[in-house]
Amino acid sequence: MILLSLIVLLMLGGALSYLSERLNPYAPRWVALLTTLTSFVLVIIFWLGHYHRFTLSPAPNWLEEFRLEWIPTFGISFHLAIDGLSLILLALTCFLGLLAVLCSWREIQERTGFFYFNLLWILAGVAGVFMAIDLFLFYFFWEIMLIPMYFLIGIWGGHKRVYAAYKFFIFTQASGLLMLLSILGLYYSHGQLTGHYTFNYTELLGTTFSDPRGFWLMMGFCIAFAVKLPLIPFHAWLPDAHSEAPTAGSLLLAGILLKTGAYGLLRFVLPIFPVQAMEIATPAMWLGVTGVLYGAFLAFSQTDLKRLIAYTSVSHMGFVMMGLFAFNELALQGVVMQLITHAISTGALFLLAGMLKERLHTRDIGQMGGLWTRMPQLGTLGLVFALASLGLPGFGNFVAEFLILLGSFEAHRWHTVIAALGLVFSAVYSLRIVQKIFLGPQNRYGVLADFTHRERLMMGILAISIFWLGLFPQPVIHTARPAIVKLVELLSKESDTAYQPYYEPK
Amino acid sequence: MSNLLWLLPAFPFLGFVLLTAIGKRLSSRHVALIGVGSITLAGIVSLILGISLLQHPLEHYSHTLWIWIDIGNFQPGMGLYVDTLAMVFLFVITVVGALIHVYACEFMEKDPDYSRFMSCMNLFVCAMLLLVMADNFLLLYLGWEGVGLCSYMLIGFWYEKPANGYAARKAFTMTRLGDISLAIGMMYLFYEFNSLNIAKIVALAPEQWALQPQTALIVTLLLLGGALGKSAQFPLHNWLPDAMAGPSPVSALIHAATMVTAGVYLIARMHALFELAPAVQGLIAIIGAVTLLLAGFSALVQYDIKRVLAYSTISQIGYMFLALGVGAWTAAIFHFMVHAFFKALLFLAAGAIIEALHHEHNMFRMGGLKSKLPLIFWTFLIASASLAAVPLLSAGFYSKDQILWYTLAGQYGNPVLYSMALVGALLTAAYTARMMLLVFWGQAKSQVLRPPGTRMSLPLIILALLTSLAGFLEFPHNFFHFTPFSDFLNSSLPLTSVKEQGFSEGISQVLAAVMTFVGAYIAYYFYHLRPNLLPVLKEQSWLLFLQQLWLKGWYFDQLYDFLWVRPFQWITAKNKEDVIDGWYSSLTSATRTMSDSLSLLQSGSLRWYVMGMVLGAILLLSLQILL
Repeated sequence: MILLSLIVLLMLGGALSYLSERLNPYAPRWVALLTTLTSFVLVIIFWLGHYHRFTLSPAPNWLEEFRLEWIPTFGISFHLAIDGLSLILLALTCFLGLLAVLCSWREIQERTGFFYFNLLWILAGVAGVFMAIDLFLFYFFWEIMLIPMYFLIGIWGGHKRVYAAYKFFIFTQASGLLMLLSILGLYYSHGQLTGHYTFNYTELLGTTFSDPRGFWLMMGFCIAFAVKLPLIPFHAWLPDAHSEAPTAGSLLLAGILLKTGAYGLLRFVLPIFPVQAMEIATPAMWLGVTGVLYGAFLAFSQTDLKRLIAYTSVSHMGFVMMGLFAFNELALQGVVMQLITHAISTGALFLLAGMLKERLHTRDIGQMGGLWTRMPQLGTLGLVFALASLGLPGFGNFVAEFLILLGSFEAHRWHTVIAALGLVFSAVYSLRIVQKIFLGPQNRYGVLADFTHRERLMMGILAISIFWLGLFPQPVIHTARPAIVKLVELLSKESDTAYQPYYEPK
Repeated sequence: MSNLLWLLPAFPFLGFVLLTAIGKRLSSRHVALIGVGSITLAGIVSLILGISLLQHPLEHYSHTLWIWIDIGNFQPGMGLYVDTLAMVFLFVITVVGALIHVYACEFMEKDPDYSRFMSCMNLFVCAMLLLVMADNFLLLYLGWEGVGLCSYMLIGFWYEKPANGYAARKAFTMTRLGDISLAIGMMYLFYEFNSLNIAKIVALAPEQWALQPQTALIVTLLLLGGALGKSAQFPLHNWLPDAMAGPSPVSALIHAATMVTAGVYLIARMHALFELAPAVQGLIAIIGAVTLLLAGFSALVQYDIKRVLAYSTISQIGYMFLALGVGAWTAAIFHFMVHAFFKALLFLAAGAIIEALHHEHNMFRMGGLKSKLPLIFWTFLIASASLAAVPLLSAGFYSKDQILWYTLAGQYGNPVLYSMALVGALLTAAYTARMMLLVFWGQAKSQVLRPPGTRMSLPLIILALLTSLAGFLEFPHNFFHFTPFSDFLNSSLPLTSVKEQGFSEGISQVLAAVMTFVGAYIAYYFYHLRPNLLPVLKEQSWLLFLQQLWLKGWYFDQLYDFLWVRPFQWITAKNKEDVIDGWYSSLTSATRTMSDSLSLLQSGSLRWYVMGMVLGAILLLSLQILL
């Protein structure tokens, strides 16, 4: 029941903030804050209450399930369910939602009601994506999260907001249609095979496909998810969307919308198409490695701070792609970690970019420099998240990237070596950010205010989380374990010859 | 005793957290109290540990705080492990570290960012202790990159000068290249041994790799890559001279005594693996020998006193690598300890001189400080004697002589390496004497503004004492059998085997002594007896070329700039707009062009429409007739 109430809560909260603007232009932000806070607390209570269940053996399939018939004629039901993996991502969604409300507190002054409506509906859509296990419903939520984001960029964005919003919409919509085709293809394939037409995920698992058909069906899903991830060469929407979106928009894009791509690959592509996925493992790995390097190279040359951070996302998501197609527990745990830590560290960088923009009215790092003297706290946090982004041990990002590399090393040594070299370039671009913004001489600007209490609170929470994940990542690993182990077992069953679990004695 | 281990990194870490959180609001007295106090407490703990290890050198202490990551059989923990090898490092890090902190209290007092400085220094000590005490590779890597971070923050401490920031990034990036190599080596080791526990790997390796020399070769090469970056050895050595942009206490602590010897520690710690790959050991020896010569020549012609010391550090670590390469494990560690004492002292004294002369780095503008700064003169003299390895009296003689001897007589020793090391000894004596003469003798060229106070002088005196006494911990075998240092280490490092040699140790010692004196005399001749000769020599173009070559560090900066930095900048600048995005844009612009040209047809003018219809009709008709 919590599953449904979470979505309903977010949607209702959104509607309420829209209406409350008539009372007072500042009312919506309080409604939104209350909504996101409640949803976050709900998820955390749920997590704590179910934490012991992750050690159960055999682990239950789902922690919680909700099912309602929707269109029974076509085998469509309103079917939500979560396991540890989705729970982690739900918690992340609510956490970032809370931050997104907080960071828009001052920034958004126009049409606040509609703004928070969109924000909360994005959260509702993403929450739905992470919970839906009926493929039709999944597609429904996939579209829901797209439209409010389109408005968010198009209305409250920067100078090129309309262009960016169109680009975002066309990329995701076109790729989403491919996924719809694949969902229908899957539906019919399964139906023809068994005589039972359904969109239910658990029943679709284990469908066998005739040779080229399975491949093309998988590609439909893959492209939709790769665009979201984003994977090279489908990343072109991302820098524009990121740099033009308002701070909350960038935060949610980087923090959770990109994660839906990785989640889709983990939840649908690998389990439904294990054989086909193994066939494309090597090219997929290469794409991931290319993404790591290509993103880093582009990040180095950017002068627009938000664009720069956007390209670092491309680089970090390259690691996710590598980890997914390494097919072992270490790498997949690394992927889950990377989803969280990237959300936190990149989200924090976007928040910082937003704060700098508010103070300096520019995103051009050529116009900045020497800001440490004026804003030592902002500078310290900037350094902290630049270091997190370059994967320094002690931060969560290191655990994630190291696990991914370690997992990939088993079967793909050269891919791993090249991707590891990407870490040198991530150091180069991260330190360039710090140098250009905070260090060096500076006389351009007068008095600049350091953190306000609200900003200090947000950044403090983010900094503590990223350290915590770096030193005590076990709760997350523990929570994701049943889902990951199940996935690894499924994959290894599919190809006992090609895949050797790493823990087998030599 | 094992339960005390966690206190060692915990004290400095606490200091770091306190200073970062509330340092800005504290008075400088309190900042100093926290900064120095934390390291001193760690020092006391390490002394307690050291005393108990001295009594039972065969023991080791270990303690796991918590399991860091637990996935399948990948279970690295926050585990600490101290044996005699780690103990020597702990002792140097905490004791020298505490002394340098005391010195920094006064040195940095006037700096507006005093608390930031102290907090970074504390974090450094914490990371360095973790590096040395780690019982598994992942924790070691945490310390390994942690010290790199602190080095970055402290090199660029005075951040308003862009050159400092550049030096800091250069140091971080170049060492990170090595770190990546170490990380890959770590992954390799994990799949070989299903564990990252160092003790386990060391125990299993000899058996498992007996028939796989190839694997041993690759893994040790990867580990060596990490060591080269951190320890500033050829070909990843040229970040260290630029790192001198940081405050002098930083150079003393990080870039002389501790961090740059992390590579020595790593190789010594993994000696069991390196012994399985004789080729790599030979490579280490060659790299050490080459580095000590390259850096020695460069030190000979520098103007900046700190750059002389930086090149000298590279060169001395080269000796340590040489020792590791020929299998003289304990000799390398002994030289590490002695070097930590005298080089820290040299840097601190140099810092005091630079402060006293109002930020004058150029040795040619110093001179005549012998009488003006007597304390600094005497302590500097003691340390220089050690650096130049003045026979019998100085600690440097005892440590370096051992290395020289094993380079000839050790397991992998050979005459070529030996002669390179001898030339290095001559160079060392020459540049040391040159530095002494330029700074302390001759005419005074700058005014002494601020002689050091007690908090700066005291560490100098204590380090001078340590430098003078450390040598007597280990006598050469042909003197008399008093070798407590290597006896202590032999529980964690193997004995050095000596092959039969027609050459006696005594002759080697005499040769080394001759080299020292000849080197010193050359400097004395050119810089004191006949100072007018140098400008004459400079007129010879090939000598001028050599001088420039060495001054610029053999143009390695320019080479790497040409090979790596420029191409990278060129490519990234070319692709700033992202070619892939360009492809999509061309898609939209093509669509737009087509749409624009088609929309021309819809002109609203009836004549054109009629014309179009007629033409179409003709076309259709003619097609029908023709086909």
